[in-house]
Amino acid sequence: MKINAIKLTKNYEGRNLALDNVSFEVSMNGMLAIIGKNGAGKTTLVRILATELLPTSGTAYINDIDVIHNAKDVRELIAVVPQEARAVPWLTPLQTVSSYLMWRGLSYRESRERGKEVLRTLGLENVENEKNRKLSGGMKRKVLVATVISSDAPIIFLDEPTTGLDYISRKELWEILNSMKYNRLIILTTHYLEEAEVLGDKIGILDKGKLLAFGSMDELRRIVKYPFIIKISGDVKINSIDGYIKRLSNGDVQIFSTEREIFKLAQELLEGKIKFTVQEVSLNNIFEFLVEGGVED
Amino acid sequence: MKISRIFNQLMASILVNSIYAMVNYPVVMINTLLAPLSILAVVTFASHGSLLPIGALGALIMNMVQSGISIQGDLSHLKNDMKLQDMVVSSPTSAGIYIFGMAISEIVYSIPTLTLLLILNFLFVKASLFAWFLIFIDMATIFTFSIALGFLLSTFSSDIVQSWAFAGILSPLLSTIPPVYYPITFIPLPYRYISYLSPTTYAAEIAQSLAGYVPVNIYEFIMLWIVLIGITVLIFFLALKKSRWREV
Repeated sequence: MKINAIKLTKNYEGRNLALDNVSFEVSMNGMLAIIGKNGAGKTTLVRILATELLPTSGTAYINDIDVIHNAKDVRELIAVVPQEARAVPWLTPLQTVSSYLMWRGLSYRESRERGKEVLRTLGLENVENEKNRKLSGGMKRKVLVATVISSDAPIIFLDEPTTGLDYISRKELWEILNSMKYNRLIILTTHYLEEAEVLGDKIGILDKGKLLAFGSMDELRRIVKYPFIIKISGDVKINSIDGYIKRLSNGDVQIFSTEREIFKLAQELLEGKIKFTVQEVSLNNIFEFLVEGGVED
Repeated sequence: MKISRIFNQLMASILVNSIYAMVNYPVVMINTLLAPLSILAVVTFASHGSLLPIGALGALIMNMVQSGISIQGDLSHLKNDMKLQDMVVSSPTSAGIYIFGMAISEIVYSIPTLTLLLILNFLFVKASLFAWFLIFIDMATIFTFSIALGFLLSTFSSDIVQSWAFAGILSPLLSTIPPVYYPITFIPLPYRYISYLSPTTYAAEIAQSLAGYVPVNIYEFIMLWIVLIGITVLIFFLALKKSRWREV
């Protein structure tokens, strides 16, 4: 599955640029996570790729089909759960899934059969005939995800599907998303960095409409100046180092630096018999570096 | 294959917007029944029964108008509150099929009311088969007008509260105040012309004349049709111009 965005720009009338020359190419099965703060342009990007919105300039291709001029063909390939989408309260989960499949062209019987199958896979078979309004927030969100999974669409857009869910429900949804990403491309937007790091095979970082970085976690780590962290318990005197020192509220010290510097420092700490841990920077750290220009206390 | 696919897509709109709502909440079936029947009852009792046939025709028109106008609230609700329309936009269903399905769903939703009103009409309105055929065309035209107007308004409406306001304003303006439940001759002459601002006046006068309750000559009859169809085409055209499946 392939998406190619070329200089996508969206300028809503009377407002700032929602998207500013965004270009990227992704060709894989798996999960592409787009992260950014509120208003970063995530939803605008998804809506353009999902043929719901026209860009001001630029274009995009899905499996080499132009989303601007051949939207009809693109729509055969994609399925979308928009931001703030809600399961229609007067429908049951089975009715929700099957009617969506009918909009995709399946017959009543086919759509019911496939709907039942997907709801069973997601553990919703016991509530398939309950009204959506009676379900918990997490279950309602699962119903929406079930609608798009049940389609054969090889490319799925999920715009902030876990926003507002409690941690347990979010993790349940992560498991579902993780299990369904192997035979399709899922584009997930989120402002939960942990979610993007856990699920994303590739990650795009958007800020104020600009795509600041794009790639796998390893590729993103190569973008930042200091890709490693050494964490030392307690207050320790650190000689000058090419890096960034962050003192945590519990008294521990985190030093962000290059691989070579971290290795050197680790040797010194070993000699001084000081306890420490070494790890690669997280997406949270990368996001802070790129979006906020550094690591804050 | 293609036709069966379109049929399935139409059925999806009909199922979601009417059949599933009726099956899951049977009480909604009374919803469309109350307004036309209550006004019919008032008109019938106030006229000691003499306006029952005209009132029955009027109730039919009101049902058509109400059903058509309802599409604006339903479209707005599914689009703005449920984001369902965005899911459909990104699916193989086209705008035309989605809207057509929603329009049919409004009629399906009012089937219980429609059935009752048709029985009342067949019982109390004496008209020839040909007249009934024309009355049917008349009803279909006023329904098309209402659907087009409802769709047009839904494009202006950003939330359900606004949609309720539109429906609250339009229902009396189109079906209670104009001479739908009574003959236009009941309105004193200087004010009679104002009622011609509403397309339902033309639809009602056509139906009432076909049933023989108001005298209309052939030229007036043709004029009534021309104006009714003209307004319907105009609103339909405006709705088409305003409709955008994909936002800019």
